[in-house]
Amino acid sequence: MSAYPVAITVNGKRVERTVPARRSLADFLRDDLHLTGTHVGCEHGICGACTVHVNGVPVRSCILYAVQADGAEVTTVEGLSPDGTTLSPLQDAFVECHGLQCGFCTPGMLMAATALLREVPHPTDAEIRDELAGNICRCTGYQQIVEAVQLAARAGAGR
Amino acid sequence: MIVEPPPSELRRHRFVGHKRRPVEDRRFVLGRGRFAADITLPHLHHVAIVPSRHAHARITAIDASAALALPGVLGIVTGPQLRARTKPLRQYLDIPGVDWFPLAGEIARYAGEWVVAVVATERAIAEDAVDLIEVSYDPLPAVLDPEAALDPASPSVHPSHPSNVLYRRTFVWGGVEADFAAAPRTLATRYRWHRSATVPIETFAVTAAWEPGTALLDVWASVQMPQFPEQIADALGIPLNGVRVHFDVDVGGSYGVKRGIKHAVLVGFLTRHFGVPVSFVEDRLENMRGGDMHGPDRIFDVTAAYDDRGVVRSLRIRTIDDEGAYPGRSPLQMGKPVGAIVGAYAIGSVEYEAIAVTTNKTGQVAVRGFGQAPTNFALELTMDRIARDVGVDALEIRRRNFIQPEAFPYVIPSGTAYDSGDYPAVMAKAAALADLSELQRWRAAARAEGRVAGIGIASCIEPGGGNAIFQALFNDNDKTTTFPESCQVKIDRTGAISAQIGIASSGQGHETLVSTLLGEIFDVEPDEIRVIHADSLAGLPSQSPVASRMAIVLGDATVGAARRLREQMLRIAAYDLGRAPGDCAWHGTTVRTKDASGERTWLEIARIAHLFYHRLPPGMEPGLQTQFVVEVPRGGTLPTPDGRVQMYPCHSFSAHVVAVEIDRGTGKLSFRKYALAHDCGTVINPDIVRGMVLGGVAHGIGAALYERFIYDADGRLLTQTLADYLMPTVHEVPLVEMVEHETPSPFTTLGQKGVGEGGYMSTPAAVVCAINDALSPFGTRVDHVPVTPVDLLERMR
Repeated sequence: MSAYPVAITVNGKRVERTVPARRSLADFLRDDLHLTGTHVGCEHGICGACTVHVNGVPVRSCILYAVQADGAEVTTVEGLSPDGTTLSPLQDAFVECHGLQCGFCTPGMLMAATALLREVPHPTDAEIRDELAGNICRCTGYQQIVEAVQLAARAGAGR
Repeated sequence: MIVEPPPSELRRHRFVGHKRRPVEDRRFVLGRGRFAADITLPHLHHVAIVPSRHAHARITAIDASAALALPGVLGIVTGPQLRARTKPLRQYLDIPGVDWFPLAGEIARYAGEWVVAVVATERAIAEDAVDLIEVSYDPLPAVLDPEAALDPASPSVHPSHPSNVLYRRTFVWGGVEADFAAAPRTLATRYRWHRSATVPIETFAVTAAWEPGTALLDVWASVQMPQFPEQIADALGIPLNGVRVHFDVDVGGSYGVKRGIKHAVLVGFLTRHFGVPVSFVEDRLENMRGGDMHGPDRIFDVTAAYDDRGVVRSLRIRTIDDEGAYPGRSPLQMGKPVGAIVGAYAIGSVEYEAIAVTTNKTGQVAVRGFGQAPTNFALELTMDRIARDVGVDALEIRRRNFIQPEAFPYVIPSGTAYDSGDYPAVMAKAAALADLSELQRWRAAARAEGRVAGIGIASCIEPGGGNAIFQALFNDNDKTTTFPESCQVKIDRTGAISAQIGIASSGQGHETLVSTLLGEIFDVEPDEIRVIHADSLAGLPSQSPVASRMAIVLGDATVGAARRLREQMLRIAAYDLGRAPGDCAWHGTTVRTKDASGERTWLEIARIAHLFYHRLPPGMEPGLQTQFVVEVPRGGTLPTPDGRVQMYPCHSFSAHVVAVEIDRGTGKLSFRKYALAHDCGTVINPDIVRGMVLGGVAHGIGAALYERFIYDADGRLLTQTLADYLMPTVHEVPLVEMVEHETPSPFTTLGQKGVGEGGYMSTPAAVVCAINDALSPFGTRVDHVPVTPVDLLERMR
């Protein structure tokens, strides 16, 4: 199996590894870097649980190869909190609104919503729903997630 | 819309019923949950599966030579190898000749059934090896339709069992024949609930490590099921105290299906066989086609006898349930509905025939509501049919048939007492929240314009408590009546409180439940209380978080433990103060003498208990720790010979009002309104209750409109990916307005009832009732789920 060297900046830290060509970015993050906050739900790009940011854009890390992220800046859910302990305004809003239950889809939801608020600091309900439509949550029925994004927007998460 | 706790609740309690942030949420938003696939161990190996390509076939040869030559492959195991060294997995019916093992033996009985397991150093290498294994099959005729399976001439799924019928019993409760003879009207209906499931976003994952030095099998699994360690030990033939299931694993959703017993037995076998830790994380295909996680697949024939006002006297219900190739526990999903067989209605007699058949499909497993959602669907659609027949509306027919609030505890014909409720009041709240009269004006205006609009109303009883007495109801040789839950609580020498529960959680918020209740009883800030999940050897008896039972049974165990410790602390303080316990009382976290002459603080009492034996009452054991194990309230009684049984103790209730519009050109359905009123007794955490209900509604919308496991004529599953099996996204779930009502249960410590399944039980009925109201101008209706746009277009032609 051919392997390639990659240098990727993950959550602000540059990492260099040699990875098989076929290794997904999700597996690279989880297995090579032990960043298990990124979850794998379907491995075919539908559920959105594996969403991370690559150069600021939300992508599905299960259908991107790690080698494709060579040279990129990747942010995972572990990178949302400034110090790993303090909650970002969006994370705080998810807790306040109980916008989750089992927590499995949550990292992907947070990454999708973080990207939205960065682009659209005060989104309408329809804009929130459009952005989150690529992420499946089986627990909440989405309502408390939408409320959490609205609350985070009011708290200035997108500034 | 935010649910406000009733004012009475806020007065009664300091923490219970108040808004509190669930304690679990913090770790999840930080990405710090610990799921089964996150567990790593030294030398961990990985499994991939060779599935059967045929719905029914004799396996004639397996050639794994190329796979075994692949670097990184440790070995393979076939069905015959595994079967020679394990016992069959547990079935809950007595069905000799139906043997269920993790891997197929000589015969594969459904497409997707596991045939060979490969163990390799990496998952990807194991998958490469799967592609190199050649399995030769001799195809056999398959049976795929549940009614066809009733035919004695149908292909036999298990030739050593007399037929494809695994269970058939007719229960008669009350004077059904006389009630039918006396009723002026009868109506016969038929419904089809197609195969769907809860499909959690996390697939099933399990890691096992056998340690020969201690003869201990450690298991980490994404599991939600009762008797999991017991079944692993039984199948592998090792003592129950040789299996340690670690319940401190976050489970990424379950809603019933995270059973994974064949997965766990397989990896338990593999880790012992190969001497390395082994992990199996299902990929989505393995999960969908061979995970044995599909839900009920039912045909209902319902006949109702009623009077000219639509008051129902009697019901005859026949249900055929397609269990797939291996039934496991799933036929019991026709047993739980016995405990709410008349729904919210005062129906005097019932005949209920339950038939379980086996077919060449993946096995069925428990799904949210344990069979009650399909049954409630059939019941509610029947009520609507009766309403049309006698010419009253959907609200009025339910009002006329509701069990009245003064009738509780109310015993239904099948022997279960409903604890409490006020169904007319909750229904009225739902109608008011929906502004039903405004919706009716909207519908009239829409129809005048030629649009297709309808309003649906449905109610639902949500039994809670998890008294799995349906085991005994469906199997005379099963006399199990104990379905316990437990909580261990200790207070350390610094006064800090910790509790241990014997289960894993899959999003229900059990840590929040326990810390809130301990905080309430101890008058201590709940966020300062630590709640941990024990492993199965350290934990006490548990039946797992099924059946909307934890608020009831874990709640009662927690309150019981807290009250016991509080009493002990008061006795310590009183003795140290030189007073009788009766002369002292708690004031917050301090014990004071009633004459206010002396006091001991929480910390002082904790230090006496742990450090100063000379100040403890004589004979008292040192430290502050206790355990409390509860049986399900009102449990402990076997069914009568005619099948009357006290099923669950608590009965939540909900009423849904739904308005939909259907596009005449495309068949696309849109929601105009979704409003519901909900009563689960005393609410412990409003956000968790709301989330459980809203999540159930979304799941019910999926069952009603989108989700179906479809097999082709050869028995191959067509909907194997999430691109084919459609789950609702945020676009498909409307804004749901919700209001709480509170009728406490007399049978629980704080009046709490269960929550978690009711939304899923009500919603398919409510949505299809709305569709049928919309279709009524066409003189047609639907009697099945899921209802697709094509179904609607056909009926609007």
